[in-house]
Amino acid sequence: MKFGVLQFPGSCDEVDALEAARRVGDAELIWHGDRDLRGADAIVVPGGFSYGDYLRAGAIARFSPAMESVIAFAAAGGLVLGICNGFQVLCEARLLPGALLSNTNLRFTFRQVELEVLNSGGAFTRDCRLGERLSIPAKHAWGRYYADGETLAAMDRSGQLVLRYAPGENFNGSAHDIAGVCNERGNVFGLMPHPEHAVDELVGGSADGLKIFESMRLAVEGARV
Amino acid sequence: MVIQPSQRETHTPTVEDAMALGLTRAEYELVCAKQGRPPNQVELAMYSLLWSEHCAYKHSKKLLRTLPTEGEHVVMGPGENAGAVDVGGGLVCAFKVESHNHPSAVEPFQGAATGVGGILRDIFAIGARPIAVLDSLRFGEVDGERSQRARYLLDGAVSGIGHYGNSIGVPTVGGEVYFEAPYEQNCLVNAMALGLARQEQLVRSAASGPGNALVLFGASTGRDGIGGASVLASAELDGEGEGAADKRPTVQVGDPFEEKKLLECSLELLQQGLLVSLQDLGAAGLTSSASEMASKGGVGIDIDVASVPLREPDMEPFEVMVSESQERMLCVVEPANVQAVLDLCEKWEVGGSAIGTVTDSGLMRVLSGGELVGEMPVRALVDDCPLYDLAPQRPARQLYPAPAATLAADATLAQALLALLASSNIASRRPLFEQYDAIVQSRTVRRPEQADAAVLALPDGSALAVSIDGNGRRVAADPYRGTVAAVLECAANLACVGAEPLGTTNNLNFGNPEKPHIAWQLTEAVRGLGEACRALAAPIVGGNVSLYNEGAAGPIYPTPVIGMVGRLPDARRAGLLGFAREGDEIALVGAFTPSLEASELAKLRGEPLPQELPEIDLAATIAAQAAVRAAVRAGVLSSAHDIAEGGAAAAIAECCLAGGLGARVELPAPSGSWAALFGEASGGFIVSGPAQALSELAQGAPLVRIGAVGGTALEIALAGAPGRPVASVELHELDAVHAGGLAGCFP
Repeated sequence: MKFGVLQFPGSCDEVDALEAARRVGDAELIWHGDRDLRGADAIVVPGGFSYGDYLRAGAIARFSPAMESVIAFAAAGGLVLGICNGFQVLCEARLLPGALLSNTNLRFTFRQVELEVLNSGGAFTRDCRLGERLSIPAKHAWGRYYADGETLAAMDRSGQLVLRYAPGENFNGSAHDIAGVCNERGNVFGLMPHPEHAVDELVGGSADGLKIFESMRLAVEGARV
Repeated sequence: MVIQPSQRETHTPTVEDAMALGLTRAEYELVCAKQGRPPNQVELAMYSLLWSEHCAYKHSKKLLRTLPTEGEHVVMGPGENAGAVDVGGGLVCAFKVESHNHPSAVEPFQGAATGVGGILRDIFAIGARPIAVLDSLRFGEVDGERSQRARYLLDGAVSGIGHYGNSIGVPTVGGEVYFEAPYEQNCLVNAMALGLARQEQLVRSAASGPGNALVLFGASTGRDGIGGASVLASAELDGEGEGAADKRPTVQVGDPFEEKKLLECSLELLQQGLLVSLQDLGAAGLTSSASEMASKGGVGIDIDVASVPLREPDMEPFEVMVSESQERMLCVVEPANVQAVLDLCEKWEVGGSAIGTVTDSGLMRVLSGGELVGEMPVRALVDDCPLYDLAPQRPARQLYPAPAATLAADATLAQALLALLASSNIASRRPLFEQYDAIVQSRTVRRPEQADAAVLALPDGSALAVSIDGNGRRVAADPYRGTVAAVLECAANLACVGAEPLGTTNNLNFGNPEKPHIAWQLTEAVRGLGEACRALAAPIVGGNVSLYNEGAAGPIYPTPVIGMVGRLPDARRAGLLGFAREGDEIALVGAFTPSLEASELAKLRGEPLPQELPEIDLAATIAAQAAVRAAVRAGVLSSAHDIAEGGAAAAIAECCLAGGLGARVELPAPSGSWAALFGEASGGFIVSGPAQALSELAQGAPLVRIGAVGGTALEIALAGAPGRPVASVELHELDAVHAGGLAGCFP
């Protein structure tokens, strides 16, 4: 199982994602200028401030050569995980519906949050139980998930609402407390909290984030059987 | 400013022009003597900056030479961009603190942001990857009627620190913030950074090798901050209105994205062995960087300003040389490597340009498209700036007005406890630190409010601990003892997580040193700093001095800010400050002799500062720190927290709140209940754990068992009268005031 972790100018959490992925399989950094995804079985678009959040968070990164390959990879069914800025990039690239707006308090906020698993059947949460609580840190200023009512209803019906903030934990004002969503096909997943920062109790206070990487490994290896 | 950018070079500056740039008449005459003629516009601009207080440390250098700077762990001492200590496993930790006080008082967001940017550059300039930032902030009162300016500065500074640190991917893991009237006009923003490097990767800044190229890389050069070092940092601020608004263009503007690219580019250049030396551009821009590189190397440098990439049209040579545009680095490169350096800059999308040459002339020569426009001996610029002796004199009268009373005279002990926990100097700092990413880079073992110091894991399973501390009011009362106490507090915070100090950095924030009473504060504080660092074997590896922090309303409290880095052998055993288990015993450790003099309670009561502070038993305090450290390392305690502002009662309340558990305690009260609960002093700790652990700890330091963890309230009684608590407050009440204290400052 090999993860490819993209690296843009301004990415901050790519090495953290790389090391988290290495607890589960092989992993390599993929430079934004390269089109070659190095045979990765799954792609991680990491957190940070790619291109300084110029124009809009993720707006420039989505045009990079590497992202062109990732879009094709996703169209062919490859697994793509977008974390925080990565989630923003995936929405800008239209690989996921909706958009991330400014937190309602208009401030960057860092907090350990409890998430609820709404859908445990897919490629990113099959290592979790339905309704399970995950303790994962969130740190962002533009994390309020928005999609119009019709879109949200359709996403709900097709099981695309994957993670939500537990009651009282939604600090950014996301619609329906949404923390993470996937596409209709279920192979592209984005979330604002950082699972790569919850893989070791010593530095994370929790290892719940590892389940997302583990789920991806199970999905890839299951598909090979 | 007297010299207009549009004037042609035919105008030779006069002594009045020199004085408008901050030089004294005598200094101007000395420049003329060094040059052998009056300096021209370019030369005068460069001398005025390099001979400013901010760059030359004219009033402090002689004093700073008395500080201890050597020790077994020191790998790089003062004089380079940052200092560094050996942390084992072939790794060194680089660290330093610097101030950005004057810019932050004018434009707090960019002032604080560029303060963070500047200190980060100092870290990667020596080849270390920045791994953490801490900030020490001081503003006027944020409660009460005239708090608008203090709130504005606080909000701006916190946003600026968050913006820069978060964007560049370096966690802000700790800090401190205080609110006192004397900082109303002159706020303090001190930024500290740490970095990690393999010892062999450390690089120095001396230019060498005549014939080598000088390459400038990073952002383009504009008119940001022109004259910042001489105009802002070395002069008193007039205050609000016209004076401050006029200085707004002298504040630099930062771009953390640019610096992130610059950081990665710099580290890769060093990793590939392409550089002879490296220096960052900070105060006084190219002028100071190039001159200091030349001075350290005993060489000369030629710079052609026409080769410098500009972002504004028609910049004069002097403007290019003094610009403080951010996110730029200067390096010396062997000619054969210049193309490789420029190629790497292109990969990281940072501008790179060869702008000059190292020579053996010993001269700093500035050219404009090949035409010589300035020539100065490097020695004259960098080394021959006159140094001044201070003329210290103890003030005859109290310098600082008593603070306004905010606590009712008939308040009960419980009411006083709630008032202290709600007060801006003690309340929870969560509203600030929640705006900072404290975990990027995945090293953070202890986050803010979990323990007395930040703890960062190292690859071999050990960890770094770091704290930043100061107390202006106590130093104002007694500069020598107040400074000793500040250094001890920093070391105590490290002890509470199990760390032993390795080295110290300091930022001295004072008023106008030409005034004898300020000179006295500075001299006494440096004396205390040196004595305490020697006693702790925690030498100074670098630091910063910020003077002239005063205005019409008077000087700031003398504020030495201490940053200390330590190491603990097992990251898993890093201490915690919160009570952890019902039934754990609680003890007061150390020869703790609390006094209400200069305490937070005295401030709430509106009492004037005392004439001096009580004596400190340095040896006993250090022994108690060692005992607590050993117990934390042994993993036998549940919690350890040092007693600081608000005394024992506040410390115990903080332990309750962090752990979500109540406590019943009996405090020794030889001087009465108020001193027992709220008296402050160095050397006291509140620890909790199993009875056996406390018995062992008692072998190494004075220890008094004071009670046990349990219940939903904090109940405080006095020794000898256990059944009759003198103060009893429910946890949820403590939590409400503690959590709410600063929340209103960040709507």
